[in-house]
Amino acid sequence: MSSPASTDTDRTDLEVPGRSTEKTATGHSPMRIAVQDKAQDADAAPEVPMVEVQNVDLYYGQKKALKNVSLVYPQKRVTAMIGPSGCGKSTLLRCFNRMNDLVEGCRVEGSIKINGRDIYDPALDVTELRKNVGMVFQKPNPFPKSIFENIAYGPRLQGIKDKARLDEIVERSLKGAALWEEAKDRLNESALALSGGQQQRLCIARAVAVEPEVLLMDEPCSALDPISTGKVEDLIVELKERYTIIIVTHNMQQASRVSDYTAFMLLGDLIEYRDTTTLFSRPSDKRTEDYITGRFG
Amino acid sequence: MKRHWKHILLRSGDPFIWLTGGALAASLLLVIGMIALIFVSGLGFFWPHALTKFDLGDGKQVLGALMEREEVPNPDNPEHAVRHRIKVKQGNRDLYGMDFLWIDEDQIKSRELPGDAVQVERMEWGHFYGYVKEVKDGDKPVATGAEAFAKVQALLPEAERIREEIRSLERDSVGEINYYQNQVRLKLKKLHMDGVDTGPEVDALTKEMDSWQQKYIDLTKRIAELKAKQTYSVSFTAPAGALASGEREKTMALAEILRVDKPNHMSFVEKCSYYLAKVWEFVAADPRESNTEGGVFPAIFGTVMMVMIMSVLVTPLGVLAAFYLREYAKQGTMVSIVRIAVNNLAGVPSIVFGVFGVGFFIYFMGAGTDKALFPEMLPTPTFGTGGILWASLTLSLLTVPVVIVATEEGLAAIPPSMREGSLALGATKFETTVRVVLPAVMPSILTGLILAMARAAGEVAPLMITGVVKLAPSLPLDGYFPYVHLERKFMHLGFHIYDVGFQSPNVDAARPMVFTTTLLLLGIIVLLNIGAIFIRNRLRKKFSAATAAI
Repeated sequence: MSSPASTDTDRTDLEVPGRSTEKTATGHSPMRIAVQDKAQDADAAPEVPMVEVQNVDLYYGQKKALKNVSLVYPQKRVTAMIGPSGCGKSTLLRCFNRMNDLVEGCRVEGSIKINGRDIYDPALDVTELRKNVGMVFQKPNPFPKSIFENIAYGPRLQGIKDKARLDEIVERSLKGAALWEEAKDRLNESALALSGGQQQRLCIARAVAVEPEVLLMDEPCSALDPISTGKVEDLIVELKERYTIIIVTHNMQQASRVSDYTAFMLLGDLIEYRDTTTLFSRPSDKRTEDYITGRFG
Repeated sequence: MKRHWKHILLRSGDPFIWLTGGALAASLLLVIGMIALIFVSGLGFFWPHALTKFDLGDGKQVLGALMEREEVPNPDNPEHAVRHRIKVKQGNRDLYGMDFLWIDEDQIKSRELPGDAVQVERMEWGHFYGYVKEVKDGDKPVATGAEAFAKVQALLPEAERIREEIRSLERDSVGEINYYQNQVRLKLKKLHMDGVDTGPEVDALTKEMDSWQQKYIDLTKRIAELKAKQTYSVSFTAPAGALASGEREKTMALAEILRVDKPNHMSFVEKCSYYLAKVWEFVAADPRESNTEGGVFPAIFGTVMMVMIMSVLVTPLGVLAAFYLREYAKQGTMVSIVRIAVNNLAGVPSIVFGVFGVGFFIYFMGAGTDKALFPEMLPTPTFGTGGILWASLTLSLLTVPVVIVATEEGLAAIPPSMREGSLALGATKFETTVRVVLPAVMPSILTGLILAMARAAGEVAPLMITGVVKLAPSLPLDGYFPYVHLERKFMHLGFHIYDVGFQSPNVDAARPMVFTTTLLLLGIIVLLNIGAIFIRNRLRKKFSAATAAI
């Protein structure tokens, strides 16, 4: 993906094929939106696509939950998805690690590629995909095991039995999730004894322990108090050094604080997708503007 | 005005609180009343009773323990002054023909507590109440009168040692020889069935048989020697009873006597030690006199072992069924029907399960096993008759709904997010089930098991036809290969209660035993439950706040 700097500030062009709401006559002609990097990232490398969604329709039985959605998530960036409840943002998120497979009567059409690989390819091993695409859920969901065992769960599934190796992974993951200092003396205590915020960071640590490329976060702070939320948000910003993060949130301040790009969805349609600063300061769609200014939602 | 007051009362909701509280109090009272009755009647059984001598005039005397006092009903003349009668345990069934006697209080001239009255526990005929007269060694008098009692006490330990030795030889050593002889006989029969009637194998076995026979002869000699040592005898006197005047004499072999006490002379400490000795005998000894005396150890053992086997069988069955229903089966009409059926199964009368156990397990599976594995034993059935395995299997069927329901409820309470968390890390459904769901549902499984055990330990009807007997010759666990004998019949506390209380030749004497056995059964169930609750709480602690997170 080439991206010549074309204006006074450093600009990167992100290719977004066929935005659903503004279909051109040709339908699939790729549309370019100019993405302006934040000032401090002036020397950043050009964006590399990580997750590519193309013309995805999703049905729950007869009900269509996603309508011809197409967008590209860049590598090692935080992309936020906002929109009112039921707009399909969580549904879309759950397509990326195929958690929707668990829902009876759920059908996906179109193509979703991660790292160039079609994840709905019948030959693909779903467990392999899920190892590569970690997920953090709305409510902290640690297993009823010790802190250590929670982190070691994923590596153990991959067949790592060596205690020293597991120790190392647990320490690295907990440090990565900024939980090491609080948890290092109580690794063998139940994870359920941690506070809500600590539990959520534990879940993040658990997800990064298997070293995924993509980290999906489904409203990770909705069950947390403001202080815990702050810690998790700081963590997200740190984590984007190494992971591609896609976060669903109801909290628009949060989206503007942590994300590089933001997608606004409404009733299964992708309405607008651009860099966060622009989306929040100069939304191009009336509905986006109404939503972010609180006129509905 | 009044209406207003009622209105306020109704609005306040207080009457409803009283109603619910009252219902709870009533249930608690009933339960506490029952437990108190069992405790009082059961625990008092072993306390030594004072022996009272009742003088009925005309030289007629009764010696015995006062058991009860009640009003004499007199429907014809309600104006009549209230009269009472007492129930006395006079013992000496061999002399009087019955243990218990009702005496009208009008008839009693005087009462006293004779200090030298003794209570004799013996192998047969129940208690003897009387006075020690004389101790003899063969025909030679050794001690009389006051010395006699001390002499008996001094001789009793040795007598008990010899009695125990004879018993152990007769039961264990002869039993062992019988067992091995039988093994040899079966091997011979098997060879015969295979068409081998001569040859080195048969010779070796015949020789082995002879050596066992020789051992048996040696053993009978040894027993005869020991029996020859039992030369002492003790004479007692006792009042002739309510119908005749004068005294009667009774001589019994010292070997027949278990213990002799002077209950009227006992200090409080002696009474306590008597009490503890009797309690210990009750839980640790074998029953005597068609279960009305002695202990209930084989019944305790049988009950506990049966519950254990049942738990081992029912837990995997119930848990696996619940996992399929909740985790794998497509939720729909069919699963709902199955679920309702499982719940209804818990309401089927237990005797129906017993009949099924007889028909399917014993007559079908048991007989089949015998034909396939023990043809040399036929026509004597091995598994083709009631036994602890079949009884346990029948009870597992009876209790499997409890485990299924409890496990299913536990599974339903595990938040889906926990399963998703595991799947999202790349676990397969099976890995998720085993590594995350199973540990989380463990407390619920144990809850189900606790309920199942409580139900199984108290069940009698299905056991009566699938393997419980009044008196089992041997425990289902012993020192002979294969050590655990699942085909054996066994004793059970619940059946023991029924047997002692309603099938015993001497119901009056056995009645306190019913309460004591009930108390013991309750105690065992409580112990088993506490054990399971302890394990469950440890598990819960391990996954602490598991419920809080849900």
